[in-house]
Amino acid sequence: MDGFWRLPQNIATFGGDIDRMFIIIAWITGIVFVAVEALLLFYLIKYRGKPGRKAVFTHGNSRLEIIWTTATALIVVVIGIMSRGLWLDIKDPRRFPEPGLELRITAKQFEWNVTYPGADGQLDTADDFVKRNQLHVPVNVPVKVDLESEDVIHSFYLPELRLKQDAVPGMTIEAWFEATEPGAYTVGCAELCGLGHYRMRGSMTVYAGTEWDTWYQQEIQAVAAAAGGAAPLAGVEGDAAPPADVAAAHVH
Amino acid sequence: MSTIAVPHEAHAAGAHEHHEAIPFIRRYIFSTDHKIIGIQFLFMSLFFLLVGGLLAMAMRWQLAWPSNPDMPLPGGSVLPETMVTDGIMLPEFYNALVTMHGTIMVFFAIMPLLVGVWANYLIPLQIGAPDMAFPRLNMASFWLAVPAGLLMLASFFVVGGAANAGWTGYATLSTSEVYSGVKLGQQLWCVSLVILGFSSLIGAVNYITTLINMRAPGLTWFRLPLSTWALFVTSVLILLAVPILAGGLIMLFFDITIDTTFFRPEGGGQPLLWQHLFWFFGHPEVYILILPAMGFVSDILANGARKPIFGYHAMVWAIVGIGFIGWVVWGHHMFMSGMNPMLGGFFMVTTLIIAVPSAIKTFNWLGTVWGGNIRFHAPMLYALGFVSLFVIGGLSGIFLAAGPVDIPLHDTYFVVAHIHYVLVGGSLFGIFAAITFWYPKMFGRMMSEMLGKIHFALTFIFFNLTFFPMHMLGSGGMMRRLYDPTQYPYLQPQQDTNVFITINALLLFGTQLIFAFNFLWNLWKGKRATENPWEANSLEWSAPSPPPHGNWGGVVPIVNRGPYEYSAPEAEADYWPQTDVAAPVRAAPVSH
Repeated sequence: MDGFWRLPQNIATFGGDIDRMFIIIAWITGIVFVAVEALLLFYLIKYRGKPGRKAVFTHGNSRLEIIWTTATALIVVVIGIMSRGLWLDIKDPRRFPEPGLELRITAKQFEWNVTYPGADGQLDTADDFVKRNQLHVPVNVPVKVDLESEDVIHSFYLPELRLKQDAVPGMTIEAWFEATEPGAYTVGCAELCGLGHYRMRGSMTVYAGTEWDTWYQQEIQAVAAAAGGAAPLAGVEGDAAPPADVAAAHVH
Repeated sequence: MSTIAVPHEAHAAGAHEHHEAIPFIRRYIFSTDHKIIGIQFLFMSLFFLLVGGLLAMAMRWQLAWPSNPDMPLPGGSVLPETMVTDGIMLPEFYNALVTMHGTIMVFFAIMPLLVGVWANYLIPLQIGAPDMAFPRLNMASFWLAVPAGLLMLASFFVVGGAANAGWTGYATLSTSEVYSGVKLGQQLWCVSLVILGFSSLIGAVNYITTLINMRAPGLTWFRLPLSTWALFVTSVLILLAVPILAGGLIMLFFDITIDTTFFRPEGGGQPLLWQHLFWFFGHPEVYILILPAMGFVSDILANGARKPIFGYHAMVWAIVGIGFIGWVVWGHHMFMSGMNPMLGGFFMVTTLIIAVPSAIKTFNWLGTVWGGNIRFHAPMLYALGFVSLFVIGGLSGIFLAAGPVDIPLHDTYFVVAHIHYVLVGGSLFGIFAAITFWYPKMFGRMMSEMLGKIHFALTFIFFNLTFFPMHMLGSGGMMRRLYDPTQYPYLQPQQDTNVFITINALLLFGTQLIFAFNFLWNLWKGKRATENPWEANSLEWSAPSPPPHGNWGGVVPIVNRGPYEYSAPEAEADYWPQTDVAAPVRAAPVSH
């Protein structure tokens, strides 16, 4: 939470562009804000009522109307064109980079289940494995996720990756990201999804190159060791139980 | 001075006779008088404003001190165990509060405070009509709103509690008891809003018909005050938007009740269809909730500045422009929904374009105060508050309209800050301006200027201290509708801000007691109001305060000019009522 806007740390390849756009808009709107409020205050002081004086009698000025309408239109159209390009770069599947890792994330009340492709690198095969509320990814690799939901709408929210995408029951929605910084980060839910919405929290671990291979091989071996190759539901990290007092309150 | 064809004494006597003929119950309860209906809507919606405010206070308490046994919710002990247990609010109750705060404020407080109250009260008075075109439909409009409100309140006390899927009622949380724990509450939510929709619809039909057909002689479209213009465009939006919501609500009700699958994927339905229907109504609704306030503020600014409104025609076309563009921006609520990104790109551009008419209005308000001889009466202060706060709400909208920037901000407190700058800083300040401005006409008595100014100053301060920090909570990543933000470690450093906001929200709420006192006390104790206490021009100020049944006692006022001829060089005084032929002499407002 640094600075005036408290933007979370950015670890996304496209995060810098988003933050830059944010700051550009903050400056444009900030200047308009200060100019309008200052002018308003100035007029209120300068033109405060005085007995014996009469206000200027005018119904307006067409030239001024044209100037400020055109100026506003130009500014918003420029913002619109800039935004649209960046928007499609991030959200349009046709512009996604070639993924180095494909995951499926299935949301349900109140957990994120992440399916990894296993040894063959393919989803929907016997060696897939699932982690609950744990997202593990390598650094500097484009990751594509297929978002699904089993029950209600959830919103997959990674503050540090500047990523947010709803998961909608009945739909498979594609999203992508590439993390630039190893470390531990947050997975949150941004769409009201029921009484446990506030604790639908997971963790994301971004691994440096070799550490990723170590972790991934370890998991693959664990799957192979499990009888029948059924995907075990591993890991409960981040499966936040409600605070004790709330849990108690639920026992009516 | 007045050019009304019949002398005042004569029509006042006629009106008196007319009054006596109506029994109490038809005069004040099942009244067909547009003024009484407006006042009925005023009392009803102020009550719901209070209820919605109380719900917000309970939410703020939980957000500042989440599930903290040392800070039990005040008054929580009187609530059932299914809501608050041992002083700790349950998450499902918090979600119900979120839902009902939004629903009540939007549908039962702000919307009727803008439309139900002022379209009823002002339209006939500002166009010189004796009443609405369909007085009985008008009565039905109010008496449908009452049961709708009662059903909505009753839903708190049914099994499972009130609806808790958000005021946006997103499927499939709203369609299934399995997911939300609520069935009857959600059904009542649907039924109540459908009934309220009928109330709005027949109101809108009435306002439009009245405005088109019943304008006084000489009152051309471009001599209408901007309040009336705004209410006209708003009524058209209501007429076209509310049926979409009603259709969606009926489908939602069927999904819950008879197992249809309009919005449920298991039968081939599509959850996003609900969002499209809801926001196709919902975005015009946002303009329904701001346009009338823009109209009131325009009239009051011109009156306070003693100047014609700057750029009247530009103001009218901006209102009409918003009325059109408002239909093609709804998708910006769905940027993160999984809607086709190309469609998102389209909505991004339209949404940014709709900033243009709002900017035109703001610049013209600045032009109106420029060169004025400003009287800072209480209504003027609220109107200026509207302008300065609406600017913030408008500008924060640019962030959200720009899709890539919306990615981190969507569904965070930045959105909460934005909507409250528009609906409280904007609409509610406009409502305060309107109530203090037209109160003398409504009740024949003045509110206290001193209390009005104190209330304005404190509300302005505490409003900003409450809602401005929410922008930073949002850009800092705090999600909306979050029962306990401390569950996320990265949000814990922001918890102090939540405490700060809650304290200011409580003070903001407390400040409203000043307004309540000022409003209620002066109904009986206020100084008697003259016919035209603000020395204003529009037609309502040529009727007695309060106007009798029929408004001008069977006489039709004749209009000679537009409503903004303040400080005209031909006139000796700095105002020139629409009905007067000659300009009035200073310091002799018409009274009798």
